[in-house]
Amino acid sequence: MKVRTLEQLGTLAEHLRTARDHKPCVRVCGGTGCRARGSEEVLARFQALLQEEGLAETVELKFTGCHGLCERGPLVSLAPQEIFYQSVEADDVRAIVTETLRRGVVIERLLAQDPATGRRVRREQELPFYRRQYRVVLRFNGVIDPTDIREYLALGGYRALGTVLTRMAPDEVIELIERSGLRGRGGAGFPTGKKWRLARAAPGAHKYVICNGDEGDPGAFMDRSVLEGNPHSVIEGMAIGAYAIGATHGIIYVREEYPLAIRTLEIALAQAREYGFLGEEIFGSAFSFDIEIVRGAGAFVAGEETALIAAVEGKVSEPRQRPPYPVHRGVWGHPTVINNVETWANVPIIIERGPEWFANLGTATSKGTKIFSLVGKVANTGLVEIPMGMTLRELIEEIGGGAPPPREIKAVQIGGPSGGCVPKALFDLPIDYESLTEAGAMMGSGGLIVMDDRTCMVDVARYFMDFLRDESCGKCLPCREGTHRMYELLTAICEGRATEADLELLEELAQVVKETSLCGLGQTAPNPVLTTIRYFRHEYEAHIRERRCPAGVCKALIRYVINPERCTGCLACLSPCPQGAIRGQLKQPHVIDQDRCIKCGICQEVCQFGAVEVV
Amino acid sequence: MQEVEAIIERYGAERRHVIAILQDIQAQFHYLPQEALREVAVRVGIPLIDLYSIATFYNCFSLVPRGEHVIRVCLGTACHLKGGTRLVEALERELGVPEGTMTSDGQFTFETVRCVGACALAPLVIIDGRYHPKMTQRKLTQVLARLRRIRPVAEVIR
Repeated sequence: MKVRTLEQLGTLAEHLRTARDHKPCVRVCGGTGCRARGSEEVLARFQALLQEEGLAETVELKFTGCHGLCERGPLVSLAPQEIFYQSVEADDVRAIVTETLRRGVVIERLLAQDPATGRRVRREQELPFYRRQYRVVLRFNGVIDPTDIREYLALGGYRALGTVLTRMAPDEVIELIERSGLRGRGGAGFPTGKKWRLARAAPGAHKYVICNGDEGDPGAFMDRSVLEGNPHSVIEGMAIGAYAIGATHGIIYVREEYPLAIRTLEIALAQAREYGFLGEEIFGSAFSFDIEIVRGAGAFVAGEETALIAAVEGKVSEPRQRPPYPVHRGVWGHPTVINNVETWANVPIIIERGPEWFANLGTATSKGTKIFSLVGKVANTGLVEIPMGMTLRELIEEIGGGAPPPREIKAVQIGGPSGGCVPKALFDLPIDYESLTEAGAMMGSGGLIVMDDRTCMVDVARYFMDFLRDESCGKCLPCREGTHRMYELLTAICEGRATEADLELLEELAQVVKETSLCGLGQTAPNPVLTTIRYFRHEYEAHIRERRCPAGVCKALIRYVINPERCTGCLACLSPCPQGAIRGQLKQPHVIDQDRCIKCGICQEVCQFGAVEVV
Repeated sequence: MQEVEAIIERYGAERRHVIAILQDIQAQFHYLPQEALREVAVRVGIPLIDLYSIATFYNCFSLVPRGEHVIRVCLGTACHLKGGTRLVEALERELGVPEGTMTSDGQFTFETVRCVGACALAPLVIIDGRYHPKMTQRKLTQVLARLRRIRPVAEVIR
């Protein structure tokens, strides 16, 4: 059935809402994290048991997008009871069905614990992880079934598109987005409305809108979660943008490493066409628009907009000189607006709730909310959305729950390989585009990697440089050669072979690469190096002067030893050692033969008494 | 090659679909056979060297066949911090081949991947498409031993 008017949409939404409201609902998280922990089996068990118990008709079962708290997956939430179960295994399902669904009894052991009080809490909002968040883009994630457009429609989906197409001129749409203050969520923070205005003004019969879902930053999965959890918000946003600039074609570029996102999108696109939200004369207007998916084949540089265009055109993904910018010369030479997944997903709700509402969220220059993937050495790994302007401390310590004891957080890496490390001393910085750039990092797309005292900052810099030298497309010399030479210098430092002069050379080289590279990849590649030198110079110096890795990470500079006071002589580490380097007898402290040890760390991994130490 | 022809048909023999065509060939054969590349070049009408540069530029393509089991160690930032590199070294020791290659018996191909976005499960190893969360060297050895015991059917018959 095709929806032709706003009134039709309203009636349909009303009908869908009343049809679904009275049924109790079980929502099983189908995000990648929970799936990897077995949520598909949990879902299958629910299906079977609901059938068996004769509840299949009266209880609604949904496989939703990411709920956020990946650390505790698989997650299951029950409505209207508002019960949030975590670490649910297939074998727990029977209890949930017979106890909770049948008799309304809450199963204590499946509830999450409030880390502050140790108390088990029933609702997700009672957990600091959720309480401090403000979910705008993610508001339907974990609530709706992303493979059923009716769920999105019931909650007011595509009303923004209908409003725009039937009641607003393209220029009014652009003005509204400008007034909201929305800036690009892909990293650089270019004002979205301005970009649209430039593309609208650019001459050309064919124009394109592209959704950049390349998300190549290691440690980032915000865009994937939006595409998997609420694909229609992106499609609707793109259709609104296309109308505003006068485009008829849309492309969603998604990396192939996200098979689930691609599958979900394919379903969503087909359903949007079926209801007439894509295709000819949408909402009875003169506007026609459709979207195709292009799968990325694995290249970090493809996240750069001109490189992305090359990839869409079926070429090697190499960037080119700008200007001309894609808004003037984009795909096949046509004016093209490229926005990130999260940017597009923000558009419908800005139209719905108005630019003033959006501009009220956040800080003077950074409006709205931002999604982060909070990962690394933090208690609550997961997906979070916060208003701009929240401090790093609130995000990491309150939402993230800090580092699992006895470890202590010392820095956070923000912005991926293009970003930088921000030390704990600066955790009171508000999260906005300008503050982070000033600190030498950048907003980036939203990867937040927490590092503790067992993280070596030189090793981290070396890690990112290894990534970047591999991903550098090789077109311009500073990036191609510079990243390799920086990697060599960092390796020498990690291995205790470097001199003070090497550190100076590294800093100089970093500056040159930053200033002379062709595209964003090279221009930002030195950031991890420069910020770690800026804030953690003492760690570099310890490697160089004392041949010591303070965090105990760099292999060449550490030794594994067994603490005889802790060793119980259990023999557990003897056979796993690939070198046969550990000697010892039952109930006698064991000893590692340093000449044979290759520092693989397996002894530390298997020791249950914490007797293996790094010195 | 009939399969290749069918894949080209699916998209149309146009330059802009070349990457998608190669992705599907890779999915079908688990690598890009030389004959397939030649056929695509002729059908789409672009020089073989262009296809070669695409095939070697993007990470998802392989020009050599892959083993019965494909082991992928995630080296995203979170996995790196939590010991992903140690897992790579353990596999190199266990399998006796460097990362990115196949064992001589054709049983395993072992490669690294830069983040699949399942960071809460770090360090993560993906074996034949299945995610193994919070991997340790010890667990990895056990999984390998299990896979070695389950010999592919073809080999047992032979």
